[in-house]
Amino acid sequence: MTGLTANSPSDASASAWAEVLQETLALSGRLFLQLQRRPTTLVAGVLQPLIWLVLFGALFQRAPEGLLPGGLSYGHFLSAGIIVFTAFSGALNAGLPVMFDREFGFLNRLLVAPLRSRYSIVLASALYITSLSGVQSLAIMGTAAVMGNGWPVGSGLVVVAIVLLLLVLAVTGLSLGLAFALPGHIELLAVIFVANLPLLFASTALAPLSFMPPWLAWLAALNPLSFAIEPIRAVYNGSPTWSTVVLEAPYGAVTMGACLLVLSGLAGLLFLSIRPLLRRKLG
Amino acid sequence: MIRLEGVRKSYGAVQALAGLDLQVPSGCIYGLLGPNGAGKTTALRILCTLLAPDAGRAWLDDVDVLAEPRLARRRLGHVAQDAALDKILSGREMLHLHGALYHLSRDITRRRVVELAAQLDMDAWLDRPCGTYSGGMRRRLDLATGLLHRPPLLVLDEPTAGLDVESRYALWAVLRQLKAEGTTILLSSHDLEEVNALADELAILDQGALIAAGPPSQLKAALGGERITLKLREFTSDGEASRALALLQHQAGVSQPVVNRAQGNAISFFARDARLVEVLRQQLQDHGLPIFCLSQSQPSLDDVYLQATGRTLMDAELSMATTRDTKAEQKAAMR
Repeated sequence: MTGLTANSPSDASASAWAEVLQETLALSGRLFLQLQRRPTTLVAGVLQPLIWLVLFGALFQRAPEGLLPGGLSYGHFLSAGIIVFTAFSGALNAGLPVMFDREFGFLNRLLVAPLRSRYSIVLASALYITSLSGVQSLAIMGTAAVMGNGWPVGSGLVVVAIVLLLLVLAVTGLSLGLAFALPGHIELLAVIFVANLPLLFASTALAPLSFMPPWLAWLAALNPLSFAIEPIRAVYNGSPTWSTVVLEAPYGAVTMGACLLVLSGLAGLLFLSIRPLLRRKLG
Repeated sequence: MIRLEGVRKSYGAVQALAGLDLQVPSGCIYGLLGPNGAGKTTALRILCTLLAPDAGRAWLDDVDVLAEPRLARRRLGHVAQDAALDKILSGREMLHLHGALYHLSRDITRRRVVELAAQLDMDAWLDRPCGTYSGGMRRRLDLATGLLHRPPLLVLDEPTAGLDVESRYALWAVLRQLKAEGTTILLSSHDLEEVNALADELAILDQGALIAAGPPSQLKAALGGERITLKLREFTSDGEASRALALLQHQAGVSQPVVNRAQGNAISFFARDARLVEVLRQQLQDHGLPIFCLSQSQPSLDDVYLQATGRTLMDAELSMATTRDTKAEQKAAMR
């Protein structure tokens, strides 16, 4: 019997990158097929932030004008926070499919295959979650626009896309790392549950720093979510440049450029820090 | 050819493989027989690159499994005992996913899926979600994923465990056909009938070590003559069993007498020929030892196991069932 992979023409001619691409697309294709047949994740991922947007927006609808920085209405203020929260929550769940594959033995099935790079398993998850978070965020942005909270145009839209992409990549890296480090899905769900809301409340998503007690203001000013929220809020509020100050933190002014730099650094740092773990688990 | 040399593996304090040497000739069906916990799955997982041994080497033909794992994976088809299917995907989608992971073109994958669907009789249900499959369907799909890239070496871990008789025989027929086409097949099993029916050669594993290897007929013939099981009483005391054992050890024509404690101190041994039975019956009476039951048969694979370990395969299974920590094993299998 002759093996099809050992000496086939496709093996001889195909480059390593083409094989990584083939693997990654096949693995992410599986996740998209699951989503298509069980769209609950997508729907719930849109519904939850939508409820937040509507209920929280209504709760503070009668807040006195001028209370918020820049004279924003609360609806305008909240939109940026909820958009970031949507992307963050989606990305935080990135590790769940991987964890289930570990637990049920499907990962072993993948690892027996001669993958050109086992990182394609991680890459496929990142691709899937980024797309899913993108769709969910767009749905929330659309709803916010319908509610009269505006829609970023031109370079503003690009900034929103970059910010969300960096945040999703960073949190996806974290979640995938946890999926390989923790013993089971119960533990992973517990971490997701514990991390999700406190990180939201300890950020500038729902209230500005000036509303917070000093200790919480410090926490919120160091929270990576705030570094994603404020640039988007600035985009919704005008046409900021790289040097525009988007956050008056207790430790000093933070510009749009600094926020993007922090998010890029965080994404890079998280992916670098999970590499040894991935090498150990997948190598 | 598949080869393992001095392979050792421990999970914490539990030694799964204690320096296993194994050589599987090309083009044959080779059975790896042993009770649960004997180290069969660990050996197969090492061959499939899912597990790194603590010591030792492994080769698939001329490929060093530890040095060139990716090349080894290309040569190998693996049908695991516990690999999950994606319940949401159909069998056909699963096969296409595997085709991509083995870097087959879409055309080749499509053609192979059609071939395998016909060969394994999967056409009627291949487009249904995997979550609706019976055990037999799952095993056939497992086998199809292992065969998709036409591997020259096929490794199967307990391929018919939990299957009904009909599915089991169907799977055996496929394995025989694959062997006829030149595939080298290594299968682990704790099912004596399966190994006896399929294997050209076999190795018996016990507590992570090889205790016997060779063609089944040769292993059975090496025991020699008639297999006799003697029970002095329904439940014989240790003292009486020891006295009978001492008597048998000095009897010409009797070989390898062992006391099987798990079966009420029954004594198993081999007699050069059937006529010896009457002589023994007389001698036992002369020494005041009763006979509750004296049966004779041709040696079986279970006898080979019994002679090597002092217990039957079933007794070993029962004993392992009480000592195994399946949760810890499951954790160890998780990446």
